[in-house]
Amino acid sequence: MNDVTGMPQSAVVLGGSSDIGRALLRALASRRLERVLLAGRDPASLGETAAELRALGVGTVEVAPLDVTDVGRLEAFADSARARLGEIDLVLVAAGVLGAGGIDELDASAVASSLTTNLTGPAAASVAFARVLRAQGSGRLVVLSSVAGYRVRRANFVYGAAKAGLDGFALGLGDALAGSGVEVMVVRPGFVRTKMTSGRPEAPLALEPADVADAIVRGLERNASVVWVPASLRIVFGLLRLVPRALWRRLPV
Amino acid sequence: MSGRERRVVLSGWGRAAPSAASIERPTSPKGLVAILERAARERRRVAARGLGRSYGDAAQCAGGIVVDCTGLDQVLELDLGRRRIRVRAGASLDALLRLLVPKGLFLPVTPGTRHVTVGGAIAADVHGKNHHRDGSFGAHVEELVLVSPTGRHVASRAADPELLTATLGGLGLTGIVEEATFSLVPIATSRLVVDTERARDLEDLLARMAERDDEYRYSVAWLDCLARGRHLGRGVLTRADHAAREALGVGRRDPLAYDPRTRVSVPFPAPARLLNEVSVAAFNEAWYRRAPRVRRGELQSIPRFFHPLDGVGRWNLLYGRSGFTQYQFVVPFGAEEALRRVVERLASARVPSFLAVLKRFGPSGEGHLSFPTPGWTLALDLPLGRPGLAALLDDLDEVVAEAGGRVYLAKDGRLRPDLIASMYPRLESWRTLRRRVDPDGVLATDLARRLGLVP
Repeated sequence: MNDVTGMPQSAVVLGGSSDIGRALLRALASRRLERVLLAGRDPASLGETAAELRALGVGTVEVAPLDVTDVGRLEAFADSARARLGEIDLVLVAAGVLGAGGIDELDASAVASSLTTNLTGPAAASVAFARVLRAQGSGRLVVLSSVAGYRVRRANFVYGAAKAGLDGFALGLGDALAGSGVEVMVVRPGFVRTKMTSGRPEAPLALEPADVADAIVRGLERNASVVWVPASLRIVFGLLRLVPRALWRRLPV
Repeated sequence: MSGRERRVVLSGWGRAAPSAASIERPTSPKGLVAILERAARERRRVAARGLGRSYGDAAQCAGGIVVDCTGLDQVLELDLGRRRIRVRAGASLDALLRLLVPKGLFLPVTPGTRHVTVGGAIAADVHGKNHHRDGSFGAHVEELVLVSPTGRHVASRAADPELLTATLGGLGLTGIVEEATFSLVPIATSRLVVDTERARDLEDLLARMAERDDEYRYSVAWLDCLARGRHLGRGVLTRADHAAREALGVGRRDPLAYDPRTRVSVPFPAPARLLNEVSVAAFNEAWYRRAPRVRRGELQSIPRFFHPLDGVGRWNLLYGRSGFTQYQFVVPFGAEEALRRVVERLASARVPSFLAVLKRFGPSGEGHLSFPTPGWTLALDLPLGRPGLAALLDDLDEVVAEAGGRVYLAKDGRLRPDLIASMYPRLESWRTLRRRVDPDGVLATDLARRLGLVP
């Protein structure tokens, strides 16, 4: 059960190799976290995270292969997660890859693949788990969106578009779940130094995964539905949204 | 849960950690039995709920069936001579007081709100300002009738005392109380004679309470938990006895007049952080200064002395969208240092609690999971949503547990599950008893699941 300070006793991470996911689980392990299921595509990385969590005292850590783009399997996967973990208090949707950026590197299949990995898969997985949580009458879905989705930039517009879609989807899902005992939190980090962004030029105010994890924990404590990381980005992007298009497309970022 | 059931989102009075369940509201004992039988057949979880004044998740059941017991509220028998009442457990203490006070009778124990059901009073084994003398509610319960998945049980000190003590403070997990018989207290008037005094710091407060509490039936202190330094733990001590006829003076039309009223109601959730360090510190200062250094013999009405917050309808909305939690613990006599450390930690963390109540407890409750033990108990309202609160309370749990104390489960929403066994040493024997009346674990609340009280 989630307690009144928003702390979960069990968690499922979709995209279990995610640096942000790992940092969040580390933070939650010092609170009430007792049971975890890590689901993802890289068994070695999942195994490492599992070992770390066990060392931190999390009693039950399970690992399962999962490809969120294999949407036909998602319902059964969610059911089996529930069977393995018992009640699921928190589901973190962290699956995503940055992929190619500029127009020269893109073709139709690259775009389709990127959108499936970053939007379709995570959205479908969110719904599969939302079903399980609804039957439970309680639980929280935390969806990792990004500031990149708030107003799509030409430098990474495919990723941005996927995040914009996932962001809207998650907000809508949260609205649809009103009255079910299930809540959705949308997290919008700025640039985070992770495996996913390694090698890319950093944006100003670059974050560590632990920063995002801390912001999520504080969001859980406040029962927030939208969390910007850092919080100031809410104002920054609120203003950036007003920049006229002709200017926006010329911004160096 | 099937898609067609009426689902309701429920939380405690603190308006946090909500969960959805289907709600049933029986209006007869037969209806109650039918619900439990059906739940057992369909392998659904069940929890009882009264007036929803538990602060945390003691009266909700994610994905299960919540039984709203307020429809079972009839008074079955009122024996004025022997001062006993037999009543269905969904009756509220508010309704009972309206019935009893004009007849010159009072409840043996009343908590800080009258909006609790008899069943809730039993499940939480509530205590009041007279605990140092009269113990908790359960001590005055002679018999109760309980409905569990294995059927209907009568529990009293003569017949099945074990089930009785498992149920007093048992948080509804041994069955749903259908009816209870408890004793009443005679009163000559509906007023109290109240002595008020200010204490300049924690030592002063504890000393005053230790020295003269036993001269009064009722005693409680409000504590300023934001005061620091040499003012740490300053407070206002109020102590009282029921007023005799003579104390009312001549010309009083009806000495037993009783008219509790909600004077004002909070219309909607307050803006976030209305209650913060600054506003609460200001309130606390004003409240402390407003109290007389010493005042003796003041007449107060029952609602004013016992249930001041009930005068403000939906006062929990003052905490805004994030809600609040209550932290109440007891530490034994001799562990005053632990109490001091807790008050220090709260003051230095600037935790904005305007409602901090300190009391001396008397004898232990009989219930296995009954909260009161002889010692000092402090209860605090704490706004939720502040970063660091959860970690602070975890630390306080440690201080309390190490001092041999415990946290009150009826108010809990976030206790460290690993400390439950040391705080409640009779937990294991309680579990065994529970299995007798609920072998399949049908009865389960969110709190029970969170803390590992069940299975």
